[in-house]
Amino acid sequence: MSTTSTTLEHTAPPSAGPRAFVQRLRQGDEVAHVITLTFAALILLITSLLVYELWINSHLSRTKFGLSFFWTQIWDPISGDFGALPFIYGTLVTSVVSLVIAVPLGLAAAIFLAELAPRRLSDGIAFLIDLLAAVPSVIYGLLGIFIVVPLMRTILGPALKAVLGDLPIFQGPNYGVGFLTAGIVLAIMIVPFIISVSREVLLTVPRDQREAALGLGATRWEATWKVVVPWARTGVMGSIFLALARALGETMAVTMVIGNDPKIKASLFAPGYTIAAVIANEFTEATGDLYLSSLIELGLVLFLMTFVLNGLARLLIIATDRGGGHPS
Amino acid sequence: MKKLALSMWLVLCLTSVAVAQNVSLNAAGATFPYPIYSKWFDVYHSQRSNIQINYQSIGSGGGIRQLTAGTVDFGASDGPMNDDQIKEFQTKNGCTVLHFPTVLGAVVPMYNIPNLTAELKFTQKAMVGIYLGTITKWNDPEISKANPGVSLPKDDIVVVHRSDGSGTSYIFTDFLAKVSDDWKNKVGKGTSVNWPVGLGGKGNEGVSGLVKQTPDAIGYVELIYALQNNIPFGYVQNADGKFLKASLAGVTAAASGGAKTMPDDFRVSITNASGAEAYPISSFTWLLIPQQIKDQAKRDAVKGFLKWMLTDGQQYNEGLSYAKLPKPVVEKELKAISQVQ
Repeated sequence: MSTTSTTLEHTAPPSAGPRAFVQRLRQGDEVAHVITLTFAALILLITSLLVYELWINSHLSRTKFGLSFFWTQIWDPISGDFGALPFIYGTLVTSVVSLVIAVPLGLAAAIFLAELAPRRLSDGIAFLIDLLAAVPSVIYGLLGIFIVVPLMRTILGPALKAVLGDLPIFQGPNYGVGFLTAGIVLAIMIVPFIISVSREVLLTVPRDQREAALGLGATRWEATWKVVVPWARTGVMGSIFLALARALGETMAVTMVIGNDPKIKASLFAPGYTIAAVIANEFTEATGDLYLSSLIELGLVLFLMTFVLNGLARLLIIATDRGGGHPS
Repeated sequence: MKKLALSMWLVLCLTSVAVAQNVSLNAAGATFPYPIYSKWFDVYHSQRSNIQINYQSIGSGGGIRQLTAGTVDFGASDGPMNDDQIKEFQTKNGCTVLHFPTVLGAVVPMYNIPNLTAELKFTQKAMVGIYLGTITKWNDPEISKANPGVSLPKDDIVVVHRSDGSGTSYIFTDFLAKVSDDWKNKVGKGTSVNWPVGLGGKGNEGVSGLVKQTPDAIGYVELIYALQNNIPFGYVQNADGKFLKASLAGVTAAASGGAKTMPDDFRVSITNASGAEAYPISSFTWLLIPQQIKDQAKRDAVKGFLKWMLTDGQQYNEGLSYAKLPKPVVEKELKAISQVQ
């Protein structure tokens, strides 16, 4: 972008008037500029329209509950009391669990594929991973119901209880469905994103960076961990936040395995609920304006959460960039 | 080339003539009666090819909303519209809305107790207690006294309910609210409620999947879903104190019991109806028809369909496991058709 505009300025200075503009139009640069600008602006427009619609349609609920919507724990369509806290909690917990599982897994796999595996093997596996990323979420939900849930109830849950049963997060009855199961299914869903994007980013690290590290006497692992990964840090972070965004908004797979109970429990075995799941479950049969409006406000809350988390992600990237590593 | 143009022109002419004669009705609403509705609309279209009814099973709440907004010609719902909703419809559309019962549905309890083959009987108190969370063990006296000779485990009951808003939950909570003041005051009835205990499964398949997988679980599903999938289910005590296993005949019996006190607008709940053979967790499902339809062709089509649905149409019910409307209800509805103007 910057190079194009500099060459443009050389051939046709902005002071040259309408004839110069026509000339630039003929050259095509200005057309490309206008078209791409329009599409970029469209993204802004769609986002603001989305927020606008959510804001307008949640009017009833916003005026009735105000900010207390955020910390009310009751969700009772019959009495007309609505609060978002159990859903916010469920959304955060399942996303965090999924990241805790998926980030080490995905990053390790990406490093192997980019740095250690033979190129042909790496390309083959990358193709399979891209396929995994395209599987519809309801399929992952079925996988969850038929494989992860029984596994959790009969093997994984009891094993966790036996080893880590003293921790409050592994106590209480284990039904097979709950926060942990939802987190695991989400992790399976987001791992392909992390691997795929991280691998691409790691592959773009210039060869001389590696060679320089090796030339200084670093082992292969040291070169990878201390030079290549830090170089690619921004891109790797990007892949993680892309995965987080998917985990926050996932609906179908989560609602099939989380137990759909809007309560806040410390135990990861307990059933919970997420924002996206409750909207999908209750929107079609929501009678009454306040009920509908509250569901729409939940959508707004989810948007806000995504916004805040993305903002934090940006800050994190800026903060770590200052420490050196990536030059750009 | 000329021939082609001519034939194209002919085809265009023919289709435009056909379109001019056709009456196309749009409807939306409940998912539970969707299989029988689509069968009806299909058969009716094959008999009167100029009438085409498009039905979108978007849920009862959505059906009521779309009808009120005037985006569909008629709606469908598993629960009757309440007074506020009717008032809103009146202010927006300038006329009232009529309820026409179409078929009957029922809800049955299914459970999964390892190594238990006997069919369990549930008193009304037991059903309420389990879903309120006051009965937590399978060997609770309230359950065991209705099942003499059955050895019930001392394990915790895992309660499963629907997580999505649904007519099934409406019927079930309507029953619980009728037999228990505790339930009525603490929880209430509706397509979604604030469940005191339990896990939520999405759809009939979600609930039955959870119950089948989880030892010591209990859940509730549509009778039709249970019948079509060969899911065993339990007996429920009715208003006369008799334990009944849900059947199509029992559901029609409940409707006959309810028909005696049927109000003129057909908005009646038949859960816990009186009658020795009346299955207690049953309900009508309704078509919601605006009382005034300005378009003459559409009005005739709607009235014609209603009449056909109440007479010839009912023969298709049992093939799809829906209970037939009892005769007195059909007669009363046939009279009510003339209210549509």
